[in-house]
Amino acid sequence: MFFYILKRVLATIPVMLIVAIFVFLLLRLTPGDPAAILAGDAATPAQLERIRERLGLNDPLLTQFFTWMGQLLRGDLGTSLLSNTSVAGMLADRLGPTVNIALMTIVISVALAVPMGVIAAWRHRTWVDFLVMSFSVLGFSVPVFVIGYILIQIFAIELRWVPVQGYADPSDGFGAFFARAILPSLTLATIYIALIARMTRASMLEVLGEDYIRTARAKGVRENVVLFRHALRNAAVPILTIIGTGFALLISGVVVTESVFNIPGIGRLTVDAILARDYPVIQAMILLTAGIYVFVNLIVDVSYSFFDPRIRY
Amino acid sequence: MLILRSALKATRSVAAALLTTSALLVPGTLVAQEDEITVTAVMHSGLRVLDPVITTAHITRNHGYMIYDVLTAVDDEFTPQPQMASWEVSDDGLVYTFTLRDGLMFHDGAPVTGADVVASLNRWGQRDSGGQLIFDVTNSLEAPDEQTIVWTLTEPFAPLLEVISKQSAVPPFIMPARVAATSPDETITEYVGSGPFVFNEEEFEPGVSVTYERFDDYVPRDEEASWMAGGKVVNVDRVVWTTMPDSLTAINALAAGEIDYLEQVQIDLTPIIASNPDVIIETRDELGYVTIGRPNHLLPPFDNRLIRQAAMAALDQTSMLQTMQGDPDYYNVCGAIFGCSTPLGNESNSELVTGGANIERARELLEEAGYDGTPIVLMAPTDVTSLINQPVVAAQALREAGFEVDLQSMDWQSVVQRRAQQSPVSEGGWNMFFTNWMVPEISDPLINVMVNGRGDDAWFGWPTDPEIEEMRAAFVAATDAATQLEIAIQIQEHVMDNVNYIMMGEYLIPQARRTTIENMIPSPVPVFWNMTKSAE
Repeated sequence: MFFYILKRVLATIPVMLIVAIFVFLLLRLTPGDPAAILAGDAATPAQLERIRERLGLNDPLLTQFFTWMGQLLRGDLGTSLLSNTSVAGMLADRLGPTVNIALMTIVISVALAVPMGVIAAWRHRTWVDFLVMSFSVLGFSVPVFVIGYILIQIFAIELRWVPVQGYADPSDGFGAFFARAILPSLTLATIYIALIARMTRASMLEVLGEDYIRTARAKGVRENVVLFRHALRNAAVPILTIIGTGFALLISGVVVTESVFNIPGIGRLTVDAILARDYPVIQAMILLTAGIYVFVNLIVDVSYSFFDPRIRY
Repeated sequence: MLILRSALKATRSVAAALLTTSALLVPGTLVAQEDEITVTAVMHSGLRVLDPVITTAHITRNHGYMIYDVLTAVDDEFTPQPQMASWEVSDDGLVYTFTLRDGLMFHDGAPVTGADVVASLNRWGQRDSGGQLIFDVTNSLEAPDEQTIVWTLTEPFAPLLEVISKQSAVPPFIMPARVAATSPDETITEYVGSGPFVFNEEEFEPGVSVTYERFDDYVPRDEEASWMAGGKVVNVDRVVWTTMPDSLTAINALAAGEIDYLEQVQIDLTPIIASNPDVIIETRDELGYVTIGRPNHLLPPFDNRLIRQAAMAALDQTSMLQTMQGDPDYYNVCGAIFGCSTPLGNESNSELVTGGANIERARELLEEAGYDGTPIVLMAPTDVTSLINQPVVAAQALREAGFEVDLQSMDWQSVVQRRAQQSPVSEGGWNMFFTNWMVPEISDPLINVMVNGRGDDAWFGWPTDPEIEEMRAAFVAATDAATQLEIAIQIQEHVMDNVNYIMMGEYLIPQARRTTIENMIPSPVPVFWNMTKSAE
């Protein structure tokens, strides 16, 4: 296992390098000029040229690339072209809200979706199954911003139980954090509940037809044990994969939800940086996202063996 | 490393949260301190650039007015008034002597001296177009003692006080000399001013939130506040600017009392809060904005004056403004290139642009010019709400007049990059784009960059227009207001004939505030002095 993990970690190096080269080139080929955003609308062409020179944007592409790679190797993600602040600091500030909301979303999603999927499979082709699947279709179909606005209207404006917008760090008090995180988490959870419930149901349906389930039932094992210990554990691999991918997706940015609830997360940072062509921030963001995907996939792969002892690395 | 750092931060956060079990599950837990008066404002965009000299971005200028002070400032009649300094002008108009008032102090406790002013003006003069004109005729700028600044010119520059008192695009904010020593092409890294608020660097999150605290040692002037002039009396402890990318969320937050002030309200959302008794919607900036079309004078077909006139005849201000704003209360047909409500504003010779679309006249002009059907590349940004509609409306009107129009959609960043290209259309050039300005930014021939006729050195579109340059030089030399107005009218008539740009009318943007916020002074720049906040 140790060597497997080591091998996977080492394999991330070429992946990240390819991502870095790709992102760097893609950004330089995209139209846009950070100097123009920095200087504003009334800047003259001569002023823009001087700012470009100062930012190093006039240097040859190779020089720019090696300067950036040199910084990366020293663990320096650079400085935002606009705000002149450390990119690492910006990411660290923005990662907290995104990670916390993503964790809450995943907890809510798993807590609701897995039992829903199990029950739907258990009561296959009954009204319960129909209800769960209807919810799933709805969860997939309704855009997240619509769900967000509906939740805001009901819980923040009509009932006034929670604030309309904003984010509070858990260190400011769990109550404050929860009050601000619950609506965005529920909004995001809708689609993940739908996704995980469907996957759980499909996976469980397959497992419930296996011989060992029939054997367990024949031996008189209680139905909840059959479902949650024998069937669910064997159906876990695809469910875990979906949860892992979903978590990575959530971390890599959920722009619409962050905008609707005014959460200063990674998604908004990325969009703002792209619109302003703030190259160091975009490059760091994409590298971070790639890293998160690699890391989450590794965790998911490793966790397979805990649920399914037949899987060995 | 970053992930580890964030993971540790998150872990600490969760641990702290678990320990803080007594926290209440109610909104408002985050209020800093009971006794502090904090005003939370949602501004038109997020603050990212902190150097008000390097950029002309409005949000950075507004930030500048929070933490810095200015030597002189215009009041609501466009008249320069003493702010940090009073002045005397020699009889020959060549020597301006400024005397700093007592009690001026930077936020780090150091007194403001003449040397700081000289360094700040020197840096500003290299960035601002009006400043460059003054420095072109500057013999010396010196501080003979701590409170005196002497500016000696080689020839009279009558509008000097107007230029240094202006509120856009780059006002000459006064910084400590060590900060102002930074190259004008590099952003400053220390944010110490002598203005009424102190910038809280620790709480600054670029593009998200910025916090200002009252500067207790600030000594306001005795006069009543008027625009950027007069006494800047601060009645609140903290001002927090926050960014909300979603307009509906901002409206909801204002209605729920989570924020106090919304700098810009999307007009189609005003009905949502119009009936809320706790919210007031109003227009505090009566001058508003203008929207304009800029043809590229270098490339065919707009290198031909008649074809530019044809485009102007084809466009209809009312339909464009109606599409942009919807509500006629928030727009105004206006043909004055310096704005309809400014001292130099007049609508002379503007019938072609204010009289509605004149398709027949446009066709005649095209025929007279021998238009050969060269397509017009019209750049259409899709990500800036206030600029989405103009190119679409213009494209339709131009087609009706007989133009071949190639409407190209792109994001604003692509527009700003492409508009700097002087190359032919086939190599990435362009023919026309639209943009917006605050009226004070176009209110006189020195501030308005679109009447610069210096070819390659002019603003994007690059008209080579020696006539207008002569008029601008005459404006600089004019010593009385009547002569200045006369020259402004000549420039107005010339622009309408030469179509340096196409004025597409004025529009207003409403603001909204909670009823607890009072005594806000009307101003094109939203200011937070004078303002009071009472309990809900």
